[in-house]
Amino acid sequence: MAEATQNVTLTVNGRSITAPKGTLLIEACKQHGIEIPAFCYYPGLSLQGACRMCLVEIEKMPKMQTACTTPVAEGMVVQTETEKIIQARKSTLELLLANHPLDCPVCDAGGECELQDMTFKYGAAESKFIDIKSHRDEQQWSPVVFYDRPRCILCYRCVRVCGEGMDVYALGIQNRGQGSVIAPNMGDKLDCEECGQCIDICPVGALTSSSYRYKTRPWEMKHVGTVCTHCGDGCLTTVGVRRSENGSEIVRCDNRDRSGLNDDFLCVKGRFGFDFGASPERVTTPLIRRDGKLVAATWNEAISVVAENFQRVLSTSGGKAIGVVGSNHTTNEENYLLQKFARGVLGTNNIDHHRTADYPSFARAIAAVKAETASTNDVAAANAFLVIGGDLSEQHPLLAWHVRTAIRQRAARLYVINSSETKLDRKAIGKAHIGPGSEAQLAAFLGGDDMAAMRLGANAEELGAVRDKVNAESGLVVMLGAEVRGHALDALIAHFTPRGAKFVLLGEYANSRGAADMGLFPDLGPGYKKIDAPGLDLKHTLEAAAHGTVEALWVVGANPAANMANPAAFTRPFLVVQDLFLTETGAQADVFLPAAFAYEKTGTVTNTCGDLQRLKKAGDVSGTKPDFEIILRIAEKMGADVNALVPFRGQTVADQGQSRGVQSGEADRTSVFNAARGVASRTSPLDPTITLEEIAGTVTGYAASLLELATGVAQHTTLVQIDAATIPAHPELVSPAGNGLFASGTMGRYSAALKAVAAEHTKSPETVGAD
Amino acid sequence: MATLVSHPDEVKVVTSRLGKGAASIDRYLELDGYKAVRKALELGADGIINEMKASNLRGRGGAGFPTGMKWSFVPKESAKPKYVLCNGDESEPGTCKDRLIFEHDPHAVIEGAMIAAIATGAHAAYIYIRGEYRYLLEIMQKAIADAYAKGFAGKNIFGSGYDLEVYWHGGAGAYEVGEESALMESLEGKRGVPRIRPPFPAVVGLWGGPTVINNAETLASVPHIMLMGGAKYAEIGVERNGGTRLFSLSGHVERPGVYELPLGYSLRKAIYEVGGGIANGRTLKAVVPGGSSVPCLKPDEIDVALDFDSMMKAGTMLGSGGIVVLDDQTCIVKFALRTIQFYRHESCGWCIPCREGTDWLSKSLKRFHAGGGVAKDIDNLRYLAENMLGRTFCPLGDAAAMPIIGFVKKFREEFEAHLDGRPCPFEKHGAPNALPVLSR
Repeated sequence: MAEATQNVTLTVNGRSITAPKGTLLIEACKQHGIEIPAFCYYPGLSLQGACRMCLVEIEKMPKMQTACTTPVAEGMVVQTETEKIIQARKSTLELLLANHPLDCPVCDAGGECELQDMTFKYGAAESKFIDIKSHRDEQQWSPVVFYDRPRCILCYRCVRVCGEGMDVYALGIQNRGQGSVIAPNMGDKLDCEECGQCIDICPVGALTSSSYRYKTRPWEMKHVGTVCTHCGDGCLTTVGVRRSENGSEIVRCDNRDRSGLNDDFLCVKGRFGFDFGASPERVTTPLIRRDGKLVAATWNEAISVVAENFQRVLSTSGGKAIGVVGSNHTTNEENYLLQKFARGVLGTNNIDHHRTADYPSFARAIAAVKAETASTNDVAAANAFLVIGGDLSEQHPLLAWHVRTAIRQRAARLYVINSSETKLDRKAIGKAHIGPGSEAQLAAFLGGDDMAAMRLGANAEELGAVRDKVNAESGLVVMLGAEVRGHALDALIAHFTPRGAKFVLLGEYANSRGAADMGLFPDLGPGYKKIDAPGLDLKHTLEAAAHGTVEALWVVGANPAANMANPAAFTRPFLVVQDLFLTETGAQADVFLPAAFAYEKTGTVTNTCGDLQRLKKAGDVSGTKPDFEIILRIAEKMGADVNALVPFRGQTVADQGQSRGVQSGEADRTSVFNAARGVASRTSPLDPTITLEEIAGTVTGYAASLLELATGVAQHTTLVQIDAATIPAHPELVSPAGNGLFASGTMGRYSAALKAVAAEHTKSPETVGAD
Repeated sequence: MATLVSHPDEVKVVTSRLGKGAASIDRYLELDGYKAVRKALELGADGIINEMKASNLRGRGGAGFPTGMKWSFVPKESAKPKYVLCNGDESEPGTCKDRLIFEHDPHAVIEGAMIAAIATGAHAAYIYIRGEYRYLLEIMQKAIADAYAKGFAGKNIFGSGYDLEVYWHGGAGAYEVGEESALMESLEGKRGVPRIRPPFPAVVGLWGGPTVINNAETLASVPHIMLMGGAKYAEIGVERNGGTRLFSLSGHVERPGVYELPLGYSLRKAIYEVGGGIANGRTLKAVVPGGSSVPCLKPDEIDVALDFDSMMKAGTMLGSGGIVVLDDQTCIVKFALRTIQFYRHESCGWCIPCREGTDWLSKSLKRFHAGGGVAKDIDNLRYLAENMLGRTFCPLGDAAAMPIIGFVKKFREEFEAHLDGRPCPFEKHGAPNALPVLSR
């Protein structure tokens, strides 16, 4: 497909510019710093030529032409800012403003409105029209989407992003002429994925969200770029925060700056599911169980009780009587520190986490045949995809977006082999059904064993057609659902690797992959290094807790009680829980430590593709602390060598507070200054960056550029150098939570927005195994 | 059913079968029907296109693009199927010529479409008829069925080995769909909004295939050109404007109706001789010569030849050949209002200048005519219309802007007479309905 790009040279405003043949004039100009205004043009979506703002003069053309629909041509002579053009743009703005309500002082878009910006630029300030504006009432289309019709300028971006981008087609145009309106295609409510892309892409304040509307002025917010806390795709998001009486309040999430691996994409969870942080049920003070009841305590009291009890169990029964449960949500640094502390100080390998995908087997399979994992950018750039199992649209909305975009823009090829129907199937050019749980047989069939089709419960002809096509593909990105586990992974990866494929194993939560890479396993340490004396896995730890052989249980950011029938596992041991809410597990704690979540701390997370990205602290809620700090304070209280756990340099310096300094994820300017002068810098033990340096230096595959990471560039981690021979397979321990589009474990359960959306779509987040 | 009119100055080519029962296929065959397509099959593609080029036939829809040249743009080889489309979405105010053809001579359209298909290598032809012309659609349906029954359409037409399917399609009621690319969207089952061009239909048209789209009158002229020869047809008209044209004469004339006149005929004669002069003994105030979409001409400007080039020189356009005559009792402001209300209603809403411009012209003119005008309105009307012109997605915006600019430019004093809360001078004098009626 690689054609030699032919360049053409054209003249714009007297300047000679060069652009690849076929480039749209508006894009060619943009690349050379010449701005041509437009409302309806949106890169990546179909062309409209509807707003007429991008009219330019082209020599030899009698009429002005739209730069958004005109490809560049050799020798083309273009003017973009003549008096005639400026007058045309000005009059178009005048016409828009004639009916557009000038309620800018209260409009959500005020201050970040493209119509305002263009009016400012072209100065359509005089109102020539004295007739009455047309008015129509505002409509609510869904729990999260509102439409203010008079504000709409009919650029059709929303219609296109919904149809072309999301493959949902919930929006259309009704009526004609001046009566034209954007409207749901089915009835007066949206039948959609509630992604809010339509709101995000709206150049004016016509589409607004329930979470943001009439709440703030854009300039009153602090905008912090970080990583979405929900699924495993790791979208970058810009969190808009305002001060509130107990710290700060998040009022908006979007990725308007199109940074990172998700361009401007966010799904319903990323865009609206941030409100759990401000839930009235959020615990903001440590709790200690006294006389059977959880009562408020100070951090010092709570940490002391935890340290004393851990010390007690350690001295009476040893480390094997302590069980630790880690999290799919906490950062790599926190997970690394947790297992380092558990193994080194608590002396236990009874450490595990809720496994949503079989990452150890995946690592073993990749390393065994020196295969390559696909980064999110690899997925976005691929021209052929094979999805085996899983449900991309429901559980990995960003990856589904990238697949759809590749199909739409580059005619990429999608093949799906699955035991259930998924929305993405309709985009596939090859599709085959296999029986549930038969994934292990698939590689045999793909390798030529026709009899395997029987064992797969598949139609041999249908599956055979897909086999022929995928086997002929080179450069395939193979995405494997969480149901593909154990030796099925080995077999499939071994089959496709000689064909130049790259692989993704789909895991559910924001840091499921990171939790595995950081070694939250009883038998594997960071980088899947074998532990010589394995401890108990999660299931056996809980059983031992119920039987009293595990006497202290420490649950960090997880909710194992939601999936565990035996209540004694939580009532019998001394139970410490770090979480945001009194979940099924938290409610039974002896000590509950209120934790901060991803938008309230710094650190790194690894997405399902293995891309390492950095969190940046957006805000905080008084009384909560990041797990990193909590773990370290417990360690210190127990008399552990803090410097050994977090090899900070120099003496301990006070943290500068959570909203500034190390916890904010900002560069430490003092260190930079000191380093430049050749003076050893002092660092804080509470700075996760120290642990990140340790991870980058010691965890196989994590040798990332910390500088790039700090600037928001995702670093793809690798599994290929891992010692495959020593990784045991435990596919039976994997149990995906089954979060769909409107569910996100504990966070989803406490998000009013997600609950409202889920109720509208008759999917209950309560039925999801949460943590 | 329209009453047929006649005048000695007419040259009856396209209208030669009108009133002779040619909607019946047998009668059509008696009147030399389906001879042209047989001749075309012998001539072959290049032969047909040469005749068409020689005929100087220019598109009768309004834009006047040379038909032979249009056909020659269709690529010989195409991976996608090629199509011929008849644009029968006749909706221009003051224009009612295609409906006569559909009613009296539907087979001429079918035959013309067949010849276009043979010339371009298309194997499917669609005849798209305006939704409001429901009764004509039924006539066309029967005509197509009859052609199939005789083996003239379908597989192996006339035993030539050439396959050609002919389909009909009814519109849903949109003036905009008269624009060729919007018509294709409509035919494909989508909203009737125009497409981005280029690519032009000859290269990427219906369902992405190369497409020839011609007005019904254009296609109905084609069989006659085949039979009489292109050169002979060209002789009827004037230079670069071959043949005849159907003119829909309406408004305040004594004998309104559709007349077939040679191109280059005098506009003055059309009004005063063919049309019998201004009705009710009144005098001429203005004439809108090309449907409603063109600048008007004043009484001292009507010594102009009715062909594409002469009209252009006179600052207006031949357009669809709809000549709307306004007498001295017509309020130009009200006429402008009525005109813009049509465009406001028919704007598809796709692009900003047309959608918002027609709405604001309409709002302003309504208030203005009702006595609410202020002095700056007059300049604003012109400013608005001039800023729509040439900036809209499709020609509908131009069609709305041009007449308004013309009215304000040429009849400013009438606008001024409405100022300062004064009632409309024409309604005050008791003219019951100063708006012209299109046919009586």
